[in-house]
Amino acid sequence: MPKPDDLRLDHVANLARLALTAEEKERFAAQLGDVLAYVQQLNEVDVSGIEPTAHAFPVVNVWAEDVPEPGLSVEDALGNAPEKRDNMFVVPKVVE
Amino acid sequence: MSEELCYSTISELSGRLGRGELSAVELMRAVIARTKEVDGRVGAFNSFDEGDALAQALASDGRRAKARAAGADGRGRHLEGIPVGIKDVISVAGQPLTASSRMLENFVSPYDATVIRKLKEAGATCWGRLNLDEFAMGSSTENSAFRATSNPWDLERVPGGSSGGSAAAVAAGEAVAALGSDTGGSIRQPAALCNVVGLKPTYGRVSRYGLIAFASSLDQIGAFARSVEDAALVLGAIAGHDCRDSTSVRKDVPDYVGGMAALAQSGRRWRLGIPKEYFGGGLDPEVGAAVQAAIDEYRGLGCEVREVSLPHTKYAIGTYYIIATAECSSNLARYDGVRYGSRSKDATDALDIYFKSRAEGFGPEVKRRIILGTYVLSSGYYDAYYLRAQKVRTLIRRDFLEAFTQVDAILTPTSPTPAFRKGEKSADPLAMYLSDIYTIGVNLAGLPGISIPCGFTRGGLPIGLQAIGQPFKETELLAIAGAYEGRTDWRTRRPRL
Repeated sequence: MPKPDDLRLDHVANLARLALTAEEKERFAAQLGDVLAYVQQLNEVDVSGIEPTAHAFPVVNVWAEDVPEPGLSVEDALGNAPEKRDNMFVVPKVVE
Repeated sequence: MSEELCYSTISELSGRLGRGELSAVELMRAVIARTKEVDGRVGAFNSFDEGDALAQALASDGRRAKARAAGADGRGRHLEGIPVGIKDVISVAGQPLTASSRMLENFVSPYDATVIRKLKEAGATCWGRLNLDEFAMGSSTENSAFRATSNPWDLERVPGGSSGGSAAAVAAGEAVAALGSDTGGSIRQPAALCNVVGLKPTYGRVSRYGLIAFASSLDQIGAFARSVEDAALVLGAIAGHDCRDSTSVRKDVPDYVGGMAALAQSGRRWRLGIPKEYFGGGLDPEVGAAVQAAIDEYRGLGCEVREVSLPHTKYAIGTYYIIATAECSSNLARYDGVRYGSRSKDATDALDIYFKSRAEGFGPEVKRRIILGTYVLSSGYYDAYYLRAQKVRTLIRRDFLEAFTQVDAILTPTSPTPAFRKGEKSADPLAMYLSDIYTIGVNLAGLPGISIPCGFTRGGLPIGLQAIGQPFKETELLAIAGAYEGRTDWRTRRPRL
C-alpha cells in the first residue's frame, strides 16, 4: 500500500472536479493523512486467493420487460434546473 | 393528552383509530402541536408542511369512513393515519429534498421513492423532512448544512447520525415512527443514543429507489419506532422487490408481526453469540455493563449464550471508509451544477461550473470523502486500496456467516459510548469514524441489525443493544429483540423537554 503522504491533493481535487481553498487543502491533507495512516492496517491482512466483494448479495443481469412506461414530463425533468430555456438546460458556451 | 398521543405506539394508535375513538386529523394535529412546542430546542426537522400533512390525515379519515360504510373492519391496515417522519434524503413528490446540503437547498422531488409510495398505499401520513448529516455522511448530525439537531435527552449533546433528525423526532414525540437510511450505522447508532428502536433490514430487502445515493452497496432504508413491533409494522409496509432497484431481492415479504408472535409462542431457545472482539478497549464501562445486563436477561429467558469470534473486526472501519468513500465519490459526481442542484454564480465556463458549484455546494465532510474516494479509485492506487478493501470485505462477511453456523443472532453494544457533546469530535474525522465500530460490519456483510433500548448511564443518557441477524431473517431478529424488550421498560421512558 502506498504511503499516506502520496495523497497529492491538487491532482485528486482536479480529478474530483472540486475547487479547494488553500486552507481546505492544508486541513484536509492533515485529516486525510490520519485516515490513510489508519487504513494502512489493511496491509496486515493476507488476501491472497480471496475474491473481492462488491455487493453482499450479488444480483446479475436483472432484466425488465421492454415495455414503454410513462416517465418524467419535460416540465418535471427541468423543474430543478439552475437555468433553462426552450425545454433545455442552459450552460455557458462549450464550443467556440 | 396531546403528549400522550405523541408517545403512543402504532399498535395502540391503530386500535384507537380503528375503534373510532380518535381521528387521523386529531392525531396529526397533536403531532404538529408537539413539534411546534419542542422542535425549537430539538431541531429534528429541516422543514414540515402542515397543510399537506393535515390533508393526508383527512384523506385517511375519509378512507376509513368509506371502508367502514362498506362493512370492512380495516384490520391489517396498521399504518392507516399514522404520521411517519421522513429523513430528508428520501424523495416525497412535491416536497423539498435537501440531504441537508446547500447543494440541494432548493430541490423539490419530482416523484415518490418506492418506500414512500408503499407508505402512502398503507395509509400512512408522510410527515416532515428530518435533518441528517449532509448526504448521510457522519455520526452526529453536526454535518448538516442547516442546523445541528440536539439529543432530546440532553440538548448539549448530539443525537447521533446520520439519521439524527429521525431518531430525535421519535424520541421527542414529534413523529410516531420515522424512516432513515443506514450505510454504516446511520439508523442503529442514533436510535441507541436517543432511546428508540432502530431497524436496518438486510441489504436488498427494501428498495433504494428514490433514496439519495451515498454508498450504493451499503445503503439500506429502515425504520425508527417506539417498539420492536412498530418497527416490524413499518418494515412490513416498505419491504419487497422493486423493478426500479436492481439490487432489491425477489423474496416474498413475510408477516413480520405475526411471525414474531408465533416465535414468541413457540418458546424457541435462541442461540446468541457474543463476539469477543466487540468488548475490548474503547467501550465505555457503563455501556458495557448495560449490555452485559441485557445478555444476562437473555440467559434468564433460557437462551443459550456463547462466545463467538469475528476475527477481522479491527479492519472493518478501514475497509468501510475505503469502500464507502469510493462509492460516494462516484455517486456524488452527478452534482455538477448543470441539470439540478445549486450552480455557482461565479462560473465563467462549463468546466468552471463543476469546480465552483461543487466547492460552494458541499460541506467539509462531503468534500473530504469525495477526495478520499477519488484517491482510492485513482490510477495507481485502486489495487492497493479499493481492491484490497473489497477483499477484506469478503473476509469480514465470512466471519459473520461462520458465526451464524453456531448461533441465530449476535448481540453487541450499538455504540461504544453514549451520546457525546456537540463539537467533541467534529474536528477529528477519524475519532468520529471510530464511533461506528460496532455497526459498520453489518453493512459490509449486508446483514439485518436492530438497536433496542437497554438502559441509561448514571447521567441519564440512553444505551442501545444491537442484535445482528442472519440474511433475510428479520422475523427471527425481531422476535429476539422483542423477547428482551418485553422484559424491560426502557423504551417507555421519555426525555424531559
